[in-house]
Amino acid sequence: MGELRLMKGNEVIAEAAIRCGCDGYFGYPITPQSEVMESLMAQRPWETTGMVVLQAESEIASIHMVYGAAGCGKRVMTSSSSPGISLMAEGISYIAGSELPCVIVNVQRGGPGLGTIQPSQADYNQATKGGGHGDYSLLVLAPSSVQEMNDFVGLGFELAFKYRNPVMILADGVIGQMMEKVELMDQQPRWSDQQLKEITGSWATSGKSKDRNKHVITSLEMDSHIMEENNLRLQAKYQRMKEEDVRYELIDCEDAEYVLVAFGCAARICQKTVQLARAKGYKVGLLRPITLFPFPERVIAEMAPKIKGFLTVEFNAGQMVNDVKLAANGQTKVEYFGRMGGILPSPDEVEKALHQKLIGG
Amino acid sequence: MSEIAERLKSIIRPENQVYKKSSVLNDVTMHYCPGCSHGVVHKLIADVIEELGIQDQTIGVSPVGCAVFAYNYIDIDWSEAAHGRAPAVATGIKRIMPEKTVFTYQGDGDLAAIGTAETMHAVNRGENIVMIFINNAIYGMTGGQMAPTTLLGQVTSTTPYGRNVDLNGYPLKITELIAQLPGAAYVTRQSVHTAGAVRKARKAIKKAFELSQKNIGTCFVEVVSTCNSGWKMTPVESNDWMVKQMFPLFPLGDLKDGGKEATEPFQMKG
Repeated sequence: MGELRLMKGNEVIAEAAIRCGCDGYFGYPITPQSEVMESLMAQRPWETTGMVVLQAESEIASIHMVYGAAGCGKRVMTSSSSPGISLMAEGISYIAGSELPCVIVNVQRGGPGLGTIQPSQADYNQATKGGGHGDYSLLVLAPSSVQEMNDFVGLGFELAFKYRNPVMILADGVIGQMMEKVELMDQQPRWSDQQLKEITGSWATSGKSKDRNKHVITSLEMDSHIMEENNLRLQAKYQRMKEEDVRYELIDCEDAEYVLVAFGCAARICQKTVQLARAKGYKVGLLRPITLFPFPERVIAEMAPKIKGFLTVEFNAGQMVNDVKLAANGQTKVEYFGRMGGILPSPDEVEKALHQKLIGG
Repeated sequence: MSEIAERLKSIIRPENQVYKKSSVLNDVTMHYCPGCSHGVVHKLIADVIEELGIQDQTIGVSPVGCAVFAYNYIDIDWSEAAHGRAPAVATGIKRIMPEKTVFTYQGDGDLAAIGTAETMHAVNRGENIVMIFINNAIYGMTGGQMAPTTLLGQVTSTTPYGRNVDLNGYPLKITELIAQLPGAAYVTRQSVHTAGAVRKARKAIKKAFELSQKNIGTCFVEVVSTCNSGWKMTPVESNDWMVKQMFPLFPLGDLKDGGKEATEPFQMKG
């Protein structure tokens, strides 16, 4: 068993980055995730593992620092919150277009605009439909506990390098700020020069030696035919993600007639709602998507004809509900319940909505 | 014919060679307009990389603008940055691989308009990178629009009646601003319009790359350049116009030398 600690979600991101052998973090402060960089700076990992930590002048600069460093084949990351992620959209598109691996953490707050510093899930569409310009997808992991904040950093890097694609950890202000027991991983070494050569040596900008051609990190291609090929390659990659890396959790779904669909912090609230409803005799289950892209559409499609309805519970105006509707494909009712502006519904409130929208009475 | 061929043969001999293309330049035709300064500056950078023997140690960061395809011409590893973000990209590369030589190659729109924040902050952090700044007072690639360095009165496609202070503000002397920053180690302004100027520019670029190995701060080389297509002039007219109109505002020479320690940083007391 690894070391057990009581930690904040944001602090765990920093701890997990160091322990999984991350090479660099570039970021810019924004509430509610500033503890990520604060924790890193306090720990000074450049003196221990050699990990680089740098406070950039903006989120724009930090994501392009990630682009440069990721192009060197290193394991690098950034973190921010909603308005900062909007500023990063340009760089994220370039990173996806240039097929570079990296981890981006979004500890969401309410929008639009400056919005609020309270938690939200209103960046679901931005995260799962690309967010910047062009046809691209991020692999999106949605943690619902401090433990998953820890686990998804290492997993994020693993998937980022498997696909040479940016991975987003889409958390929210609750998961970032709350403290829970967490089991940390043991310290892993950063990749050695030999590992780097084996894993990223065929494409990284590590310096052109005599025995190879130059490596160019770019998303630019003026020949439309080649550009279309590049796009098709990206789409094939996203298809592969759908086949190999869909992750979700099912709670009390075996006999369920009504299934709540919720991710992140909303799933924690819905877990209690399931208990409340079951205590009253209603057969309610919970489907928690862990990867928001690729979305667990197959399990939803399989469940749809067998149940009386899905209720998505989201801290937004109803974004994931559209993906559930697409997956259910008219086979069952799909309803949405949510709160916005930083307000979290209570488990009772969700149960009430379940009765109003699906069960009736 | 055969007489000419004979004479050429007698001239083209290894012992008579006074000049050759750098082996660090790829054997492809450049897309630049005849008369443009980019090709000359590319050649100088390739020369310097070859002379210093750092081809396998150097990573270039190309911009958005006419030099976006710089990676096709100089035979090193490259990262192609988004518009204006080259200094941030170079920061990421240099910080993660501090033993490498990293340089950006940027135009005036890239470095002094959309990327001003990235430029100023990279230099202010004293990033140990070389920045090559091509200032031709116009946007070349997009078709001749106003640049931050466009002169007052200069006609461009977005200042068709000449740059006007009330409408467009003033030409930005960003190199003078850069020279004020403690993080800058070496700041110089050069040109490549005569053989003598090319030799001086080569010396400056070589110095910047050499100093960069010492990690004493950012080395910044502005090259006041021509864009005869954008300016709608012949190459010869462009050189004359640059000397007459640009040099008074952008005078050539060193603006700072001696490393970032040359500026006393302000320290909190006690």
